[in-house]
Amino acid sequence: MYKQLSNHTFSNVLGSPDWESIKASIYEKTARDVERAINKTERNLEDFKALISPAAAPFLEDMARQSHLLTQKRFGKTIQMYIPMYLSNECQNICTYCGFSLDVPIKRKTLSDQEILEEVKVIKSYGYDHILLVTGEANKTVGVEYFLNAIKLIKPYFSHIAIEVQPLDQEEYEQLIAAGVNTVLVYQETYHDANYKKHHPKGKKSNFTYRLETHDRLGLAGIHKMGLGVLIGLEDWRTDSFMCASHLAYLEKKYWQSKYSISFPRLRPCSGGVELKSVMSDRELVQLICAYRLWNGEVELSLSTRESERFRDNVIKLGITSMSADSKTDPGGYANPNVNLEQFEIDDKRSTAHILEVIRNQGYEPVFKDWDGVLQ
Amino acid sequence: MKDLVIADKTFKSRLFTGTGKFSSSQLMEEALLASGSELVTVALKRVDVKNQSDDILTHLNHNQFNLLPNTSGVRTAKEAVFAAELARQALETNWLKLEIHPDPKYLLPDPIETLKATEELAKKGFIVLPYIHADPVLCKRLEDAGTAAVMPLGSPIGSNKGLKTSDFIEIIIEQSNVPVIVDAGIGAPSHAAMAMEMGADAVLVNTAIAVSQDPVAMGVAFKKAVEAGRMAYEAKLGATANEAVASSPLTSFLDV
Repeated sequence: MYKQLSNHTFSNVLGSPDWESIKASIYEKTARDVERAINKTERNLEDFKALISPAAAPFLEDMARQSHLLTQKRFGKTIQMYIPMYLSNECQNICTYCGFSLDVPIKRKTLSDQEILEEVKVIKSYGYDHILLVTGEANKTVGVEYFLNAIKLIKPYFSHIAIEVQPLDQEEYEQLIAAGVNTVLVYQETYHDANYKKHHPKGKKSNFTYRLETHDRLGLAGIHKMGLGVLIGLEDWRTDSFMCASHLAYLEKKYWQSKYSISFPRLRPCSGGVELKSVMSDRELVQLICAYRLWNGEVELSLSTRESERFRDNVIKLGITSMSADSKTDPGGYANPNVNLEQFEIDDKRSTAHILEVIRNQGYEPVFKDWDGVLQ
Repeated sequence: MKDLVIADKTFKSRLFTGTGKFSSSQLMEEALLASGSELVTVALKRVDVKNQSDDILTHLNHNQFNLLPNTSGVRTAKEAVFAAELARQALETNWLKLEIHPDPKYLLPDPIETLKATEELAKKGFIVLPYIHADPVLCKRLEDAGTAAVMPLGSPIGSNKGLKTSDFIEIIIEQSNVPVIVDAGIGAPSHAAMAMEMGADAVLVNTAIAVSQDPVAMGVAFKKAVEAGRMAYEAKLGATANEAVASSPLTSFLDV
């Protein structure tokens, strides 16, 4: 229908940004800039910079109050529920921070049809209707053919299917959308080109530009919803988050028929032994969540079980719109758990029933179904 | 107050309501009962039609409520028709709130796809209530296509900004041969009263009730505002003028 064809992608628009001067422009924001941003009703990317800057720290309570109201206005008193399902931990990439990295000596496993259905059975018993399929990147064994088969198996049981897998070509996305994929999540990890290469030395993932143009390919393929994010810790989180927000602003204008969501995966100081360039505190993560909401009233903000119980319980009211619970990060983890296969150890291990109670106690309705298999 | 008739149904209440954004289905039920609303819209994507005990539908099981399924989430006429058929089958009503908003950010309706879908759905026997821009020409085109009513927006959905489009809604009300229901953007009872005073046949409210601190009390507040606005409209408001009326009329010499 409205497919827009163009050679321009975010990579072209971005060019070679002067990272240090962008970073400096964030760190130079003053309390006055923050006040001005807070008092506006429509905020631009410069305001976003002010809201994520160190100068905004004393204004956190003001930001949180506004974020709470803006989120309720748009999303109501609801939290959308989803659950990840790991299909495979095979991976041909080396990523310095990841438990599935090619050089990590773990047992590799890819689920068979039978195993997929066993997982589905357990997940359905928890009540989920929105599912997120996750893999590493092993194009030969876990490529488009594998996904098409998995989606065909899974589709009868879920109203909404999201995937978090290796970046694909436009035609491949078109195939997956036709088969029933509604949402695709691809995180840039870091928008810092040189640092990206350092953390992704080997495999198809080492191509920074191919990854950066993924959302353009998704937009052209006509995806319903796409997710963005940076892996917080690889670079200065403020600069990386600003780049991510710029990316989102570009996409919203160009692929205006797609919905967007942002995630905030935080690397733990210990994970994989990789040295983190910046460690983000809880207070700073709240600042980032609120900054996104104040700048963009419509974007979905998602929080996984990577975060602690206490943190998750308290940010329900602050701008988050979707949450997972009861998650396993090893393929087969619901029906046949095996911690030796997992990508990372989750923090919040409470049951779905427990999380639902927490959400309801905060005055929110957990929503399991907000899409339908008949919709694209 | 006069009853409102749309297609085969007669309504005492001119307050239509939405079912999203409430903190629980229980609270939704209480607030909508208190509002007196007789037509409640439900997003097809939010209900589990395969499940006999769907949480939302269970709480709407009252004689007071007529269900108005909506097609929220569809982006084209083709998808809308498909969703409508499903809703008719699952919820056993041929009433349909047609929503086609391909823009997920502001949820603004696509006039071209909406007109196409209305034509097709009316032919298939649906009672179509399309959500549209406050576009008077589109309203006339929808009448020709067989729409049962028109639902122009006051301002973007969920914005609580009120009747930003009031000049165009006035034209629509003046010209329309089908009921005019102001949908979207009504953020306060005063907005609803204003729409009713202008002569709108009904209003549809969701966010303002669901997200308030006390949805039950807010439901009652909207009920009263809609009634007051309608009564004022039927009682004929006095005309407003910028100048005082002269006590010695300039043309009185002609009466002698």
